[in-house]
Amino acid sequence: MVDTKVNLSGITLDNPIIPASGTFGFGYEFAELYDINMLGTFSFKGTTKDARFGNPTPRIAECREGMINSVGLQNPGVHKVIEEELPKLKQCFSKPVMANVSGFSIDEYVYTCELLDKEPQVGWLEVNISCPNVHNGGMAFGTSADNAAQVVKAIKAVTKKPLYVKLSPNVTDIASIAVACEEAGADGISLINTLLGMKIDLKTKRCVVANKMGGFSGRAIFPVAVRMVYQVYEAVKIPVIGMGGVATAEDVIEMMLAGATAVEVGAENLVNPYACRDIINDLPRVMKKYGINKLTDIIGGAH
Amino acid sequence: MTSAYYTVISNEKLTENVYKMVLGGDTSSITAPGQFINIKLEGLFLRRPISIYDWDDKTLTIIYKVVGEGTEQMAGIKAGVSLDCLVGLGNGFDTSVSGERPVLIGGGVGIPPMYGLAKKLIAEGKKPQVILGFNKESEIFAYNEFCAICEDVYVTTVDGSVGTCGFVTDVLKNLDYTYFYTCGPMPMFRAIEATALGSGQFSFEERMGCGFGACMGCTCKTKYGNKRICKDGPVLVREEIIW
Repeated sequence: MVDTKVNLSGITLDNPIIPASGTFGFGYEFAELYDINMLGTFSFKGTTKDARFGNPTPRIAECREGMINSVGLQNPGVHKVIEEELPKLKQCFSKPVMANVSGFSIDEYVYTCELLDKEPQVGWLEVNISCPNVHNGGMAFGTSADNAAQVVKAIKAVTKKPLYVKLSPNVTDIASIAVACEEAGADGISLINTLLGMKIDLKTKRCVVANKMGGFSGRAIFPVAVRMVYQVYEAVKIPVIGMGGVATAEDVIEMMLAGATAVEVGAENLVNPYACRDIINDLPRVMKKYGINKLTDIIGGAH
Repeated sequence: MTSAYYTVISNEKLTENVYKMVLGGDTSSITAPGQFINIKLEGLFLRRPISIYDWDDKTLTIIYKVVGEGTEQMAGIKAGVSLDCLVGLGNGFDTSVSGERPVLIGGGVGIPPMYGLAKKLIAEGKKPQVILGFNKESEIFAYNEFCAICEDVYVTTVDGSVGTCGFVTDVLKNLDYTYFYTCGPMPMFRAIEATALGSGQFSFEERMGCGFGACMGCTCKTKYGNKRICKDGPVLVREEIIW
């Protein structure tokens, strides 16, 4: 028997697999397909203070080995998430869930995190300071070490649960931003969010997504993600959650060797709704193949 | 929703760029006409959503137009190949509200889901009328199939080469009907919205990420709140649509 358990800030996960925010809704679509309690946990749909419709359609573009999305943080707002989504989630998911939070000002982040921190179902806060879709603000926090630190400090002052900061890859020096978050009190780092991309249709000679630019994700970004997880692991002492293009159990092992304690799966869920189930089922085979008895033994093993 | 491999039984060319593919496999998750399938293709990241034309216990049929890389690849697929499909997606048409004499209006590649709908309505003892809109004679497909099951099938062509010269609304405005169902391009929808009497259902198209409600890639605003075209649609009722 191989040991797939990992620990994120004091909470043990049966395995390191976490569906990434924005690709798993609030869990129900997938709970109709398989028992989502087999997951390590999952990161729910990015939640903001107020309800958001998001960006105009088309919001999606096909790319080589990946996709661009500019959904623009569509969500019902934190109050509806607490009143409607979390009680529904309780029916199909009994583990602590990761609450993904976005905002357009420090006050909004603080407001949303403070409310979600009180929810017993929430195990961790994962704060997105990197969503590239929204014109005003979102981008700025994640691309400056000072701004990132300010957000983290403000949230830490009003919350008790472990705070993971989800970083944007669209920066010159990701390690310096991770360090700033750690120094400001973050309990962990999640990376990478999507890469800013664009797709142009040759027939119409126009951008495919209405917002012109969007977040590029999918298998194509995996090597970029591995590199950045590797760099951040070297720079900080807090745990790192690795994500970006993960599609197989082999990818999970590679991400953990780079330094990830847990691994999120994003765009692959949209193509194969059973992706996380399949990866979890395949993990013991791949561990045996590479002589791994205990997953925690390989975290950062490539350094 | 079923996620499984389906065997291509046939893949036949109907017009210059419209094809009909019959797939064999589990169809138990198809619950209404107007639902769609989402097909994984070689070398393409996102699946391709295609509406269901007809189905029985062991097979389902799609009719698709070659419009890009995905459908181009589909046109070349030979019988015997296995395709990874998600089947039984979307809400589909609600036939319980149709009355005795509904009209079904399909435009171009929006025609296929009207066939499964016509069959369901007939099985329920109703007498659907059908309007099929094309640009020209060489683009006509599925006409004989509709004629085999419905008494009243009208064809319109923009160039007047067959049937009524003009648009589907040129026939619609002279018909008596209890309800309408439609699928086709947006300009046709706007013309129907301006012409049709009473209530009806429109089947929409949008670029999708997942096709099963997870990614919020295809959300639209309706009078009844935000709806995902792939999961809460693709069929919306006239009363909720914001034009």
